[in-house]
Amino acid sequence: MNSTNGKSDKPVITAKIDGFFLQFYNIAVFIARFFREAFRPPIEWGEFVRQCYQVGYKSLALVTVTGFITGVVFTEQSRPTLSEFGVTAWLPSLVAIAVVRALAPLIAALICAGKVGSSIGAELGSMKVTEQIDAMEVSAINPFRYLVVTRVIAMTVCLPLLMFYNALIGCLGSYFDVHAHEQTSLVSFFDNAFAQITFLDYTTALTKAILYGFTIGIVSCYQGFNASQGTTGVGKAANVSVIVSMFLIFIEEVIIVHVFNSIR
Amino acid sequence: MKTNGHQIDMNETVISIRNLYKSFGEKHVLQGIDLDLHKGENVVVLGRSGTGKSVLIKIIIGLLKPDAGTVNVLGEEVDQLKDAALRALRLKVGFSFQSSALYDSMTVGENLAFPLKRNNREMTKDQIRKTIDIVLDAIGLPETINQMPSELSGGQKKRIGIGRTLILRPEIMLYDEPTAGLDPITSMELNKLIVAVQERFNTSSIIITHDLTCAKEVGDRIAVMDEGKFIRHGSFEEVFSEKDGLIKSFYDYNFIQ
Repeated sequence: MNSTNGKSDKPVITAKIDGFFLQFYNIAVFIARFFREAFRPPIEWGEFVRQCYQVGYKSLALVTVTGFITGVVFTEQSRPTLSEFGVTAWLPSLVAIAVVRALAPLIAALICAGKVGSSIGAELGSMKVTEQIDAMEVSAINPFRYLVVTRVIAMTVCLPLLMFYNALIGCLGSYFDVHAHEQTSLVSFFDNAFAQITFLDYTTALTKAILYGFTIGIVSCYQGFNASQGTTGVGKAANVSVIVSMFLIFIEEVIIVHVFNSIR
Repeated sequence: MKTNGHQIDMNETVISIRNLYKSFGEKHVLQGIDLDLHKGENVVVLGRSGTGKSVLIKIIIGLLKPDAGTVNVLGEEVDQLKDAALRALRLKVGFSFQSSALYDSMTVGENLAFPLKRNNREMTKDQIRKTIDIVLDAIGLPETINQMPSELSGGQKKRIGIGRTLILRPEIMLYDEPTAGLDPITSMELNKLIVAVQERFNTSSIIITHDLTCAKEVGDRIAVMDEGKFIRHGSFEEVFSEKDGLIKSFYDYNFIQ
């Protein structure tokens, strides 16, 4: 008799390569299921709001600190080069462009991948190995809709907000540094900073943040939802969630930059 | 037919399993299982660990798909059902996990309210609270409503796990190793609870266990499983009248006189 899980079948290439492609297929099926379930009522508003609180509000402190430090450090590092050419007045717009176009989406995403992605991977992984997900199934509850859809949407909604907040704090950090050296007013700094930012820059940043949020949500939910091998599996799910999310974020960064630069 | 104070209707079959096979890779877990559960009956599936008992009830509830054979529950072929129909069927079948599988981020009350709210969205808070109180009372743990699962003992967790399935008023109960990991006194209390649930909620049950005391206390009929097959059927006395091989070792190990 043939087994249903195909373990007895001979590999097409090698077991490892087959497994690699099978993983891609499984993730594609997982994403397809997300889109199928996401638009079907009833929506789990309570869990969605709870997840927004976990993803957004609980990441604020970390996003504030890293955003502020990024602004200060980037300004400090750029000043010597700009002052060689006598153009330190460009500092606000240089910082704003760097923060909005590249740093804020990337920093917010990496923080969320590390903090929230690992937590989702571990939480769902632990629910999987302790049969809590099966318990939902047998109680006629759709665990995918309750656990996965709410978390992925919360990540996709909250990351852009965190990204814009991070950009704002980054610019504020830069302002404090500029103000300490050049006595610029806050209004004048922000006038200068945002004069060079175009609608396309905001669109690029928003696109990145939405895509990064979705990626972190899907990857960490997939890892948690498919965890096995007890507590080892929970640790692995958390770890792999972070690594794969970060890897995909950098790949997406390269692709998005190329696409939007070709439009610019 | 009347057993242990409850009525069994031998003309009505609520679960019918025919020629069931299931393998995981090279490991053939179930090898041609046939089983009927009649309305109001408690059938105990007895066997050593790893003989496929848990796989059997996971197939009945649709958590696993069989390789071959049919599983008919309340007139529905489980492996042929679409998602919505399977969920509708699961409302009528309660499943008590070996590990209890309580949601550890929720209190006992929230654990019980969770399936109720999601399957009865029109219920008011008062109705939900009242139903929870009734179930907690039935399982003898009304004081635990605000406790977290981590604050409960193993026996209390098992009871709450049973309560969580009872809250949906199932017609069939599936118990996976209800007394595993419990001391003899708590096991005895749990056996009494299974019988009480059967009488109060008029359920039919399949109880998976390797505990002979549990089998004797709660089972109207025993089916002994070994290497993916049933090797003996009948009442406790019939099954253990001839103690050969596996049956004898089971009997001796459990010290039943």
